[in-house]
Amino acid sequence: MSLHRPKPALPSDDTRWKLVNATMRRNGYADHALIETLHSIQNAFGYLDETALRFVAAALDVPLSKVFGVATFYHLFRLKPKGRHTCVVCTGTACYIKGAGVLVDALRAHHQVEPGETTADGALSVLTARCVGACGLAPAAVVDGEVVGKLAPEALLARLDRLDAAPAPPGLPASSRPRAPA
Amino acid sequence: MHLDDLAEQAATIRARDAETAHEIRVCMAASCQSSGSGQVLDALRAGVEPQSSSCRVKGVGCMGLCSAGPLVAVAAPGDTLNASRLYRDVTPADAPAILDNLGKPDPIERLHCPTDQPFFTAQHRIVLEHSGQIDPDSLDDAIAVGGYSALVHALTELTPGEVIREITTSGLRGRGGGGYPTGLKWSTVAKMPGPQKYIVCNADEGDPGAFMDRAVLESDPHRVIEGMAIAAYAVGASKGYVYVRAEYPLAVERLTNAIRKAKRAGFLGSQIADTQFSFEIELRLGAGAFVCGEETALMASIQGLRGQPRPRPPYPAEAGLWGCPTLINNVETFANIAPIVREGGAWFAALGTEGSKGTKVFALAGTIVNTGLIEVPMGTRLAHIIEVIGGGIPGGGRVKAVQTGGPSGGCIPRAHLDTPVDYDSLKGLGTIMGSGGMIVMDERSSMVDVARYFMEFCMTESCGKCVPCRTGTQQMHALLERIAAAEAGRAELALLEELCEVVQATSLCGLGQTAPNPVLSTLRYFRDEYESRLVD
Repeated sequence: MSLHRPKPALPSDDTRWKLVNATMRRNGYADHALIETLHSIQNAFGYLDETALRFVAAALDVPLSKVFGVATFYHLFRLKPKGRHTCVVCTGTACYIKGAGVLVDALRAHHQVEPGETTADGALSVLTARCVGACGLAPAAVVDGEVVGKLAPEALLARLDRLDAAPAPPGLPASSRPRAPA
Repeated sequence: MHLDDLAEQAATIRARDAETAHEIRVCMAASCQSSGSGQVLDALRAGVEPQSSSCRVKGVGCMGLCSAGPLVAVAAPGDTLNASRLYRDVTPADAPAILDNLGKPDPIERLHCPTDQPFFTAQHRIVLEHSGQIDPDSLDDAIAVGGYSALVHALTELTPGEVIREITTSGLRGRGGGGYPTGLKWSTVAKMPGPQKYIVCNADEGDPGAFMDRAVLESDPHRVIEGMAIAAYAVGASKGYVYVRAEYPLAVERLTNAIRKAKRAGFLGSQIADTQFSFEIELRLGAGAFVCGEETALMASIQGLRGQPRPRPPYPAEAGLWGCPTLINNVETFANIAPIVREGGAWFAALGTEGSKGTKVFALAGTIVNTGLIEVPMGTRLAHIIEVIGGGIPGGGRVKAVQTGGPSGGCIPRAHLDTPVDYDSLKGLGTIMGSGGMIVMDERSSMVDVARYFMEFCMTESCGKCVPCRTGTQQMHALLERIAAAEAGRAELALLEELCEVVQATSLCGLGQTAPNPVLSTLRYFRDEYESRLVD
């Protein structure tokens, strides 16, 4: 492990970068801490933008191409910000057998959004998951972090409509988001 | 620490617990939490005096019957799950009634879930023996039921060679799906020279419909830590990693907590139990790539790289993490270690069948009455699992097929339900044991759609490194789409079968090699469903 090069300055004075830095320090700035570090950025900021990727590449002394390669290889890492609310439909086998496809179709029809995308107004991100492990509750979805099971399409849509009325979950104020890519 | 000290500590905890007459256990595993068990726990706690001598409310791990959650068990301290009074579909509003009923001869009828039904009595729990009984966040609870006694016993009274001999005698085979003899794997790593060796626990449970490992980690994390530490002692490793899916936040939280507590109590760290043995465990989070369940891809991911497999040999036992000898076992395998060391290899070998010893945990899901987690001796007949333990199809329908082994497995038709479940019988039927997902389908499920579903899965999850898997799964998926849409003819079906063979024979890793299995097995048993959709 080389520590010859000076560590880059934090991208901004946002305190969340200190959390990210702590993850890297804990791992001795070793290149094998890359995935851990990307996790910590996504936990803090919600997604990985170009500023973040460049910072990690410099701090861990890893080529930017490798950082980008890892960030795009793993499904969990997001390079775009999420909507105000998220709905993850489980498409595991048990949920598939019990009608996960119908849930996805209902979201597509009602919110005009494909899995993996966010509605035009930024209100709702729809994702699919391979299996959230709630097979006993199939078909299941995770709405803003909360698992809801034994879902009919109408129940899911009604639940999402209620979210629109409620305030967004405690998230990030727009001003503290990572800077947009240059 | 001496074994007697630990036994004394356990006895003290049990005596302290026994001062309370009733223990109310609320399932706080992921599935019950999703159905609201957290609120039930709060409501029960609110109804009990904080230092009450008559009743204690605690969160516990998975009790198995996920479809009836939230589950609440009322028991005397130390009672097993089957000896408890179990309540199902409990809501916070039921809390006063449950508290009011304590000590009364009859349970609350409308909530009662008898534990003398086959779902509970027909199981044989070794891996899950304390699941649903102890608080996974409490080291005291783990110690009270004998936690870490096998580790201290191994460290102070057995040589590494003797530990490996017990594991070999037990006949334990890898529970992650491969079924490789665990004792053999351990002795290979033990024989390798080198100052640095690693232990890896594969908790990247990626098969859709499988949640055994998650339940073990959420319910009894110390059991896994203990198994890893015993393995480290046996093979001469000093550092371990648990590679766990980031999609399992609760398992990650409990495991992190358990590692911290085990370290503070001296079961991890340096000079464990006052011996020269030192062992550290670090957690590594996956990031949502199915291929990382393959051992070489998993190691790449631990090293911060893209999770792409590499050819074997060299096997991880020779050259694994950072080129060092590495022992990789899955969660359930490690969870079997402590009981084997405690009871002896011969005890374990007495359970199960000729080629498959011990028990296996299965995740029952799909169109079945009792969905949840079960543990049965190897060799239990499929029909017994589905009809008796699982309660059959809701509404009395007929089983059409049972899918095992996830995207690498196959479908077992109704006609073969009499088969005993073990590694070799399932292989003979064209499927695999896999990690333990068991999905029941009734007459309404189309087998062509099921095959297409799994192929879509493999296509998306292919890492892209080798051509047969990357391109082959895409082509097979396209063909299945056309067959499902009744746009394809005999030539396409023949092409699909040919592709299956090529991808199976030429892919680099298990993902590609087994990707054709769902197609091949449905073609073997349900060929008419394919043919009825052909257009010429």
